[in-house]
Amino acid sequence: MNAAIDFASILLGGLAAGTVLFIVSVGLSVTMGLMGFVNLAHGAFAMLGGYIIVLAMNRAHFGFPVALALGFLGTAALSVVLEQSLYRRLYRAGELDQVLLTIGLIFIFMATLTILVGPQSQPLQLPPELGGQINLGFMRYRTYSIFLIGVGALIVVAIWLVFERTRIGAQIRATVDNRRMAESLGINVDRLFTITFAFGSGMAALGGGLGAEFLGLDPQYALKYLVYFLIAVSVGGLGSVVGVYYASLLLGTLDFVLKLYLPKGGTIFIYVLTILVLLWRPQGLFGRKSA
Amino acid sequence: MSTKAVPTAPATSVGHANHPAARDLIARHHLRWWEALPWLAAGAFYFVFHDYLGFGTSLMITILFALSLDLALGYAGIITLGHAAFFGAGAYTVGLLAFHNIWTEPITSLMLAALAAAAVGFVSGLVLLRTQGLTLLMLTLCTMALLQESANMAHDYTGGFDGLPSLDIAPVFGVFEFNPLYPDTQYLYTLAILFACFVFIRTLIYSPFGQSLTGIRENLLRMHAIGAPVRRRLVVCYTISAALAGIAGGLWAQTNAYVNLSALDLDRAATVLIILILGGYGRLYGAFVGAAAYMALEHFLARIYPTAWQLGLGLLLVVVALYAQNGILGLSEVLWRRYRARRATS
Repeated sequence: MNAAIDFASILLGGLAAGTVLFIVSVGLSVTMGLMGFVNLAHGAFAMLGGYIIVLAMNRAHFGFPVALALGFLGTAALSVVLEQSLYRRLYRAGELDQVLLTIGLIFIFMATLTILVGPQSQPLQLPPELGGQINLGFMRYRTYSIFLIGVGALIVVAIWLVFERTRIGAQIRATVDNRRMAESLGINVDRLFTITFAFGSGMAALGGGLGAEFLGLDPQYALKYLVYFLIAVSVGGLGSVVGVYYASLLLGTLDFVLKLYLPKGGTIFIYVLTILVLLWRPQGLFGRKSA
Repeated sequence: MSTKAVPTAPATSVGHANHPAARDLIARHHLRWWEALPWLAAGAFYFVFHDYLGFGTSLMITILFALSLDLALGYAGIITLGHAAFFGAGAYTVGLLAFHNIWTEPITSLMLAALAAAAVGFVSGLVLLRTQGLTLLMLTLCTMALLQESANMAHDYTGGFDGLPSLDIAPVFGVFEFNPLYPDTQYLYTLAILFACFVFIRTLIYSPFGQSLTGIRENLLRMHAIGAPVRRRLVVCYTISAALAGIAGGLWAQTNAYVNLSALDLDRAATVLIILILGGYGRLYGAFVGAAAYMALEHFLARIYPTAWQLGLGLLLVVVALYAQNGILGLSEVLWRRYRARRATS
């Protein structure tokens, strides 16, 4: 019985970590799938959102939901400005220039936050109703982790519904599959991209805030977890929401378990696994072969 | 440039050798007067800035590292975020051999470092170079992270996070000792190795092999269509590039007398990429210009105002990505052409 409870608690911890990874990465997957834009600065948007959310709670004393909304809106608004002024010019440029631009943005975000807020880590104060433990019937577990897993599941269902059942979802799917054809059919790809970019950055902001409790939040965040976001996206498959969800949960759980049992260098298995998956399916587990 | 035709050129049989473009092509590998400048500057640096020899040494190592990346990225068009994998492979080869007192002779150690890095480059290149775009980027990144984690895990041999401190390197030719306080030997030794590697790279680039690399970068499909062995060329290029990066890493370990995990860092891979693009990639001297500009700024700014340096670097990268995609060299070339054109019209 004890072993089962241990197993369940490890699984839940891993799933919570994976959920955060998913919330941050899903926007990156969709925007990369749409435009093929290598946006390394996505983690920087997550960081910025996290800062807005945490500071709104710690300094301005807003409630958790209000802070989350502020983080989402603020980051989405800034991302639209950046998309219109900078990203837009490099859609047709090579990957190298896109990498350079977005690395530059990461540095700017990191330096600006260091100057404005300071280099120290920002703690997330959970609201009391999410703080304690919850009774799951057979065991007690941290409320916040369960809350995260629930939120993640809700988000994936909501995004799936938007993708499969709405007009804009159909347009996104069509553009991911074949951009030229979609453009010829009169889909305004640029506008579509701006909308999804803003939404994806807002989601990243939510992820940055929701995950600040165990990922921490300091100006190094944008670089520290970049590899993980990229692995989740490339293993899951560009433009595939469900793929990124599975890949994130897998990655989060694996990371959680490895850090527990092999604290020294356990992450090596994650890299090996990623390399093997990408060699086997270069387009990712759920990605479609590019036309 | 002389206006006389080149009568002995092999292309004369085709009959277009007198065309200016043909003459340019035939003479493109000829040495130009300004190509002596970096070496004269390096020599002058030794006498004028004798107190900064340590800085000069690390600058030349960075140049070599950037040159190795230029071969893969600038010439063959292999976009990689994991070039520090080879730098680290070379550094750890030298470090492990010296720390465990197996082999400390510097020049042969460098050759072993090049071999080890080439082996990593060959094996990873065989599998990685089937892919393109984001997948390739991720695979190079993961390979580097894999090596770093392995070095971290093999704590008993590599010292893990703390690295291998105070390496004992034998004197060059058994005579010239590496003295940490007076880095004369380090400087001249690094200069000699850089020069040898540069001559090799320059020869390689202007050889038919180098031409075919440029062809692959410019038009992959067409190179396939004319029957060029594209994959083999890419793997060979990647391996050579890895070997050179390994030499740079080995030099780094020897001249600093330590190795740690930072040799395999994403930071290092990103920095060398930035340096190369800043200088101008695919142009042989971009590595020199980029490394000199970056390192000089970093040396004087980053120590005093680290945050301002980061902000400035970020802004600079954004500007380069948007407006100066061929780096400092490309920009100055454009300006020079405009200046010449204006003089010609007026």
